Amino acid sequence: MNDMAPTREQREAKLEGMGCKRKRVEDARFTQGKGNYVDDLKLPGMLHGDFVRSPYAHARVKSINTEAALKVPGVLAVITAETLKTVNLAWMPTLAGDVQMVLADGKVLFQNQEVAFVVATDRYAADDGINAVDVEYEALPVVIDPFHAMDADAPVLREDIAGKMTGAHGPRKHANHIFEWSVGDKDLTDVAFRKADVSIKEMLSYQRVHPCPLETCQCVASFDKVSGDLTIWGTFQAPHVIRTVVALIASLPEQKIHVISPDVGGGFGNKVGAYPGYICAAVASIVTGKPVKWVEDRIENLTSTSFARDYHMTTEIAATKEGKVTGLRVHVLADHGAFDACADPSKWPAGFFNIVTGSYDFPTAHVCVDGIYSNKAPGGVAYRCSFRVTEASYCIERGMDILAQKLGMDPAELRLKNFIRPEQFPYQSALGWEYDSGDYATAMKKMMESVQYAELRKEQAIKREAFKLGETREVMGIGVSFFTEIVGAGPSKNCDILGIAMFDSCEIRLHPTGAGIARVGTKSTGQGHETTWAQIIATEIGIPADRIMVEEGNTDTAPYGLGTYGSRSTPVAGAAIATAARKIKAKAQMIAAYRLEVHEDDLEWDIDGFRVKGLPEKTMSMKDICWAAYNSVPPGMEPGLEAVSYYDPPNMTYPFGAYICVMDIDVDTGVYKVRRFYALDDCGTRINPMIIEGQVHGGLTEAFAIAMGQEIRYDETGNVVTGSFMDFFMPTAVETPHWETDFTVTPSPHHPIGAKGVGESPNVGGVPAFSNAVNDAFAFLGSTHIQMPHDYWRNWQAAKTLGVV
Amino acid sequence: MAKTHVTMKVNGNEVEGLVEPRLLLVHFIRDNLQLTGTHIGCETTHCGACTIDIDGMSVKSCTMFAVQADGADILTIEGVANADGTLSAVQEGFRAMHGLQCGFCTPGMIVRAHRLLQENPSPSEEDIRMGISGNLCRCTGYQNIVKAIQYAAAKINGTEFKEAAE
Repeated sequence: MNDMAPTREQREAKLEGMGCKRKRVEDARFTQGKGNYVDDLKLPGMLHGDFVRSPYAHARVKSINTEAALKVPGVLAVITAETLKTVNLAWMPTLAGDVQMVLADGKVLFQNQEVAFVVATDRYAADDGINAVDVEYEALPVVIDPFHAMDADAPVLREDIAGKMTGAHGPRKHANHIFEWSVGDKDLTDVAFRKADVSIKEMLSYQRVHPCPLETCQCVASFDKVSGDLTIWGTFQAPHVIRTVVALIASLPEQKIHVISPDVGGGFGNKVGAYPGYICAAVASIVTGKPVKWVEDRIENLTSTSFARDYHMTTEIAATKEGKVTGLRVHVLADHGAFDACADPSKWPAGFFNIVTGSYDFPTAHVCVDGIYSNKAPGGVAYRCSFRVTEASYCIERGMDILAQKLGMDPAELRLKNFIRPEQFPYQSALGWEYDSGDYATAMKKMMESVQYAELRKEQAIKREAFKLGETREVMGIGVSFFTEIVGAGPSKNCDILGIAMFDSCEIRLHPTGAGIARVGTKSTGQGHETTWAQIIATEIGIPADRIMVEEGNTDTAPYGLGTYGSRSTPVAGAAIATAARKIKAKAQMIAAYRLEVHEDDLEWDIDGFRVKGLPEKTMSMKDICWAAYNSVPPGMEPGLEAVSYYDPPNMTYPFGAYICVMDIDVDTGVYKVRRFYALDDCGTRINPMIIEGQVHGGLTEAFAIAMGQEIRYDETGNVVTGSFMDFFMPTAVETPHWETDFTVTPSPHHPIGAKGVGESPNVGGVPAFSNAVNDAFAFLGSTHIQMPHDYWRNWQAAKTLGVV
Repeated sequence: MAKTHVTMKVNGNEVEGLVEPRLLLVHFIRDNLQLTGTHIGCETTHCGACTIDIDGMSVKSCTMFAVQADGADILTIEGVANADGTLSAVQEGFRAMHGLQCGFCTPGMIVRAHRLLQENPSPSEEDIRMGISGNLCRCTGYQNIVKAIQYAAAKINGTEFKEAAE
């Protein structure tokens, strides 16, 4: 008897395509210590560079004396702003249309700002050199509290633009003002508030935090004086963008610049921007003719390469007495630090903060954001969220809870009453977005049933009575959050970075034996693209995922892409992969028709190949088509089987989810215990459920850290007081709660495979769920809002303020 | 700076080197021995990416000098796999349970888990969470790392691994 032909199920399973929990191909190297991270790179004659940094938050640099440092054994050069001026690189442009000092030019504007770059034979000698550089400073008054940045007598921070009253985003109102960005109908919104039965107003602060990937920012730059080629290996989330930035600011021909992101140890937004370390390493390599490595340490990472949030949001919601929302008004004071180095699409100085109407049908809304300078580190990256989306989500989700409290309504009921309904999609929001798809009430009700929401509220009522009677010292909080994200930046009509549209790309090349390589413009920093991109291709063209090699991060070989951040990889590059695969499939169909001697239209797709309609035994597998593509294509057709796709998305995608956190807090100690955390995510089509769950676990853990303890805090003189893991809250396995995950599936109607992106949802939805739980715990004692982070000390302070301790 | 001669056994191999007294052990391992699987995430002994095994104990090699390890018997991630080159139970567990994402904490986490299971062959979830609390992970939220170690414990003990329901 012949071998049994594989069943359809066996053929499907062999592909390991979309929807399967495929184990990761990356793990073989990562579990054996064979990853290839930047600091693992060692080149012959490689030097090490490291920074002299400012101890002051604001000071004039009177002099820099490098004489003693140059005598230190092993030190070869000390680069200062004066050196950089000779190559016109003392300042560099930022992604936000501002300029930033690469090295201190006359003054310093934040603590740990880069002042000089010492280049030496090894990292220890570089450190000796740093200690021998003598810098004379004259301290200046500082701006730390953003609410005083625009005081009449506030010190002028940016003397370089002091006289310029117009910035990259319009008029500036004060020397320390960067931009005002407003959107929505102000007049209509004012009317809504005048007519409102009920309204709330609260200043909601989202503290400054840091993405803090476990691997810090680092690079190796190597300039070849003979060929004029500059190669930079770095921890880049967007390697092509870095190549173009280097070409523009260093006036080097772009084909001579080779940017390579090897394995990257987490990004979370930290590794999107261009930092002085990259510029200095490149200049040092040009000056010395040797490769130069720069590796920042953890303190440098937390205090200088970017930050996230620092948004202070005065939030107002108008509603009817029945709880129907009628208007939203938000003013944001955005602290951008010393330079406006926000990593947002160029036209969006406050990112996509105008997603702040959230999941609710607001008839009108108005948002105004004022960006200001302060003596803090520059940045403003999207830390595990699309641009300023987590701030927006926190704003509306806290706001809705505060409104529910004022109305005496259940927060879940208030949300259900105001959701955008399924039949309203595609939905035009009052602040200008077109939501693609959603079924909010279904997700919300599934969450409520899963956790037995009504029972939890009953238990809470009993516990509150017991507390009032003095029978317990614990208060119970239930934090509901229902977020809508906006990810997948983005359509060329409104998204670009330095003028480059935010498309993404994929090139697939199939080999004769039924295998292939896919090169993609994104860069995994832990998301597992080598695994999941192959799954998309497997489903689309029937070649098993384990026969597809995925390559990213090399600008010489990958097609131009805008990189990985803002949950854009699946919405944009995922679509490019699917469309490239479909181009291949179209050619494959022509080859199959020719070989089977039928018309193309007589063929239909069947898992891993084509078959003739009505003649199921007459088939040609993709494997055989691959071979045929290299020896017997139809007359007039080019041989080979490859395709490139650059995908310009027609719209953003709008993932959503329903989260709930149940927490008990001891008022005498402020110690909280997360009893339960349930997260339901709807990210559209699910490519690999195992990886999705992993992303949700990780994002929730970062949300937990932010809401419950993380803060980059400055004292009144501008010293960073949370600059190491000693003070900056990093949850261990002990503090981290257990996560329950769930899902619904509402595909994106405009995405080729219906996927929406998920990596950042748990951070966006998680932070308000935690904060709402803490606030809900204390609400019955008369509190309306307690600022994050909700660590033990602050919880205890809250209890004290409320008079129960 | 005067250099000191050190010898140690690393992953079963005798190694030696001339080192400055200030050279950190992690730099000796990564730069001199070119065993780059051991990582550096914080240089203040908090993150555990640099965890190695010295004389049967988990040690963070970023805050120990190479000279302090003179004569020591060291195991790094490169020495964890089985003698025949297959993945150890712990390594296999991390892959099977999706206990890693960016991979940067993974070597330290696996070397720590390897020692933990020698100290306590049948740890409870609480034991595991406490046992790896010196190792930070920014990607996974630890839940799948806990499962990975439970998977490894079951495999080593020859018992059935049951994945806890979410």
